[in-house]
Amino acid sequence: MAQRKAELQQLIEDLLAEARRQGATAAEAAVSSNAGLTLTVRLGETETIEHTRDNGLGVTVYFGHRKGSASTSDLSPQAIKETVEAACNFARYTSEDPCSGLAEAELMATETPDLDLYHPWHQSVDEAIELAIRCEDAARDFDPRIFNSEGASLNSHDGLHVYGNTHGFVGGYPSSRHSLSCAVVGKQDGSMQRDYWYTLSRQSERLESPEEVGRRAAERTVARLNARQLPTQQAPVLFQADVAVGLLRSFIGAIRGSALYRKASFLLDHLERPVFPAFVTIHEEPHLPMGLASAAYDNEGVATRSREFVRRGVLESYVLDSYAARKLGMQTTGNAGGVRNLRISSGELDREGLLGKMDRGLLVTELMGQGVNMVTGDYSRGAAGFWVEGGEIAYPVEEITIAGNMRDMMMGLLEVGSDRETRCSVQTGSWLIERMMIAGE
Amino acid sequence: MSDLIQIAQQTILSPVGLAEQDLDRMLGELTGKGVDAADLYFQSSRLESWVLEDGIIKEGAHNIEQGAGIRVISGEKTGFAYSDELQLPTLLEAARAARAITRSGAEQSVRISGVPITRQLYAAINPLPTLNEVEKVELLRQLDQEARNQDPRVKEVIVSLVAAHDVVLVAAIDGTLCADVRPLVRLNVHVIAEQGSRREQGSSGGGARESLDYFVQQGRGLGYAREAVRQAMVNLEAVDAPAGSMPVVLGPGWPGVLLHEAVGHGLEGDFNRKGTSAFSGRIGEQVAAGCCTVVDDGTLPGRRGSLTMDDEGTPGQNTVLIENGILKGYMQDKHNASLMKVDSTGNGRRESYAHLPMPRMTNTYMLPGKHDPAEIIGSVDRGLYAVNFGGGQVDITSGRFVFSASEAYLIEKGKVTRPVKGATLIGNGPESMTRVSMVGDDLKLDAGVGVCGKEGQSVPVGVGQPTLKLDELIVGGTEQ
Repeated sequence: MAQRKAELQQLIEDLLAEARRQGATAAEAAVSSNAGLTLTVRLGETETIEHTRDNGLGVTVYFGHRKGSASTSDLSPQAIKETVEAACNFARYTSEDPCSGLAEAELMATETPDLDLYHPWHQSVDEAIELAIRCEDAARDFDPRIFNSEGASLNSHDGLHVYGNTHGFVGGYPSSRHSLSCAVVGKQDGSMQRDYWYTLSRQSERLESPEEVGRRAAERTVARLNARQLPTQQAPVLFQADVAVGLLRSFIGAIRGSALYRKASFLLDHLERPVFPAFVTIHEEPHLPMGLASAAYDNEGVATRSREFVRRGVLESYVLDSYAARKLGMQTTGNAGGVRNLRISSGELDREGLLGKMDRGLLVTELMGQGVNMVTGDYSRGAAGFWVEGGEIAYPVEEITIAGNMRDMMMGLLEVGSDRETRCSVQTGSWLIERMMIAGE
Repeated sequence: MSDLIQIAQQTILSPVGLAEQDLDRMLGELTGKGVDAADLYFQSSRLESWVLEDGIIKEGAHNIEQGAGIRVISGEKTGFAYSDELQLPTLLEAARAARAITRSGAEQSVRISGVPITRQLYAAINPLPTLNEVEKVELLRQLDQEARNQDPRVKEVIVSLVAAHDVVLVAAIDGTLCADVRPLVRLNVHVIAEQGSRREQGSSGGGARESLDYFVQQGRGLGYAREAVRQAMVNLEAVDAPAGSMPVVLGPGWPGVLLHEAVGHGLEGDFNRKGTSAFSGRIGEQVAAGCCTVVDDGTLPGRRGSLTMDDEGTPGQNTVLIENGILKGYMQDKHNASLMKVDSTGNGRRESYAHLPMPRMTNTYMLPGKHDPAEIIGSVDRGLYAVNFGGGQVDITSGRFVFSASEAYLIEKGKVTRPVKGATLIGNGPESMTRVSMVGDDLKLDAGVGVCGKEGQSVPVGVGQPTLKLDELIVGGTEQ
């Protein structure tokens, strides 16, 4: 890895020099090189074994305030030369844009702490197949109603990412990512349901056991059998942690600089105003050891640091890269490429506690479709889950929609659960929302 | 078409010093005991994109992608490896990795021959230089101006233009050797309009397997700009959408995304071989109302979802999925077809050399019926008339599907009255299709904007339908 990293750093430096030679006043480039194994077993037999190997290189050049970009999966010297030329050619036709350019030189990261992101999984293909089979077996043996399977999949990937720009910044780090997932199909009274479960980590030792993954996939599938519809009504809604992640992501999308300067956000002009109830704080921790989105610098080389986007319900900061920051007359928040390990503050209650607090309403465990209008905040999505009576799950429900407006949903948040979803870089517990419209029969 | 093979050899193989005998050698590496099928997929793609925003040309980007995917099949097992380095030693190494799926057998020799492709559905052109840079920039500026000229309430305009040139070559141990040159162009206009404190968006676009001139001809590009503004203006007036089960009339064209989600995915061969689809084992059964005939047609010249050949070298075909409500057939790639003992229907598609092929749709649409669209709307006492949609999604096992309306109106006493806000519609595929009660005589295909995602792979597709009425569908609005 160290040698490959040195090679890629050299490649970036040569490429930046070539861009300069072709007349660029500034340039930046990123290259990634990933390799891995993806395999699936189904009904106890190996189904696919994929050996993956991906390279990608992207370069952006600036001629003053004109910009051109190009990318290639082919890292041969000829392709790289063609790529730099293509980028320079585009810069002759794009417009003068005073906001475009590299991030400010003084913001570049000067230290690159080891964030413990690289833990290769030394296993043979046979061992990997064995793990996946154990996982699927656990699911298939869980309940007689599990009658079919989409299989269990194991993914293990190692990658190297190097970024550099003409401020003289060059940084690179290796990382790994491993996951195991399982999806099975259950049948009862002629109707079928499928569901899945997965585990994901940068370190294989931290994955849930194959049996645990299989068992949870089967448990979730069986719980959905004999789902009913609901009558159209208003009711409280509890978004289980794994689907609540999507709500938090929609919020982040609405405070992203690119949405704000395009006036394409339902949170336009909300800075320093309450957007959540006062118990909510949303915090970013980019240097979290082994974090799924950890990085010491962002996609422009800007040093990342921890930050509160929401403090006691009030919107404190947007999510900005240098371009959006200039458009808005602000400074970059080091979020080129997105947010890095985000968490929302949580209360004392776990999912069961929140069911009790809700007493009667809808527990949502699956959402379907896009259905979030980022300009207006209007929210309407397909849903499946469980009807809750007296604080307990009464029966599974499906083929319903839930609708509202993101702003009302955020302000109507009653509590965030302690059952934090940890398989994503955006982490939250379950969200209990006061009231939404449910459409059904 | 041997000239397609020649173009592919010159574009992909010659620059890296590979010749036809090297393909024979690689295929030889893949044959032997336990191997039922194996193929090589070479690809070279160039893609160019332009973005206009804030009235200026903000982005211009170029992307090169090339490589080879190597697949070996033994029974239900598939071994797969790929490489973006097109050097013989690297490719042979990838071939051995893919071959490891069978663990036995010895090298044999394979002699590939050409399979004739009888009908080319689009010209073997590279669309990237079909307008020069100055003309591309001018086109984007014209559309920006056209949108802003429509209405002073238009505040933001984003125009994006994409042209792709994709050259592929397939060689397989069954003797297949064929190639395709696939142009694809796409133009989109997105606007945001403001009235008082209210902001709404509108979006329109199109595309085809054509040169970039397609957008200049017949003022197509300018039409997208006007249409995007019209939609945003409608949305500025929209009231809250209703909630609950009601009759829904879908407009012609793009609302055919209904068919893509409600029946299309559920009829893909892989799900049916595995028995995980709500349509599994139901060939010959009534799965839709008698007025419904649905086809998947990869043979429409120049259309976004069309394929002269699929990614396994099978020519694109027109497959009847549902005829007068009866389930007739599934969409197949070679692997699933052979396991189900039927023929491939030319639906074997992959996002790129780095992905495994699987059964995918091409252009999926419903054939016209006999009703006048006005008669269909006139038959509804209270319901929804939805004419434009965002994306959709389906759970093929339970049959549940959603699709999101982005332009819709209330129907009251047989008349289209007020526009309502976007809302998600949800139904169950096999059930909803039996509730189609009227089919219009106005079949229309979409403008060429569809992207279908499956197991992480995206491919361009088309949809279409005439105006049609579902007696009952759940509308996910907020007004009871």
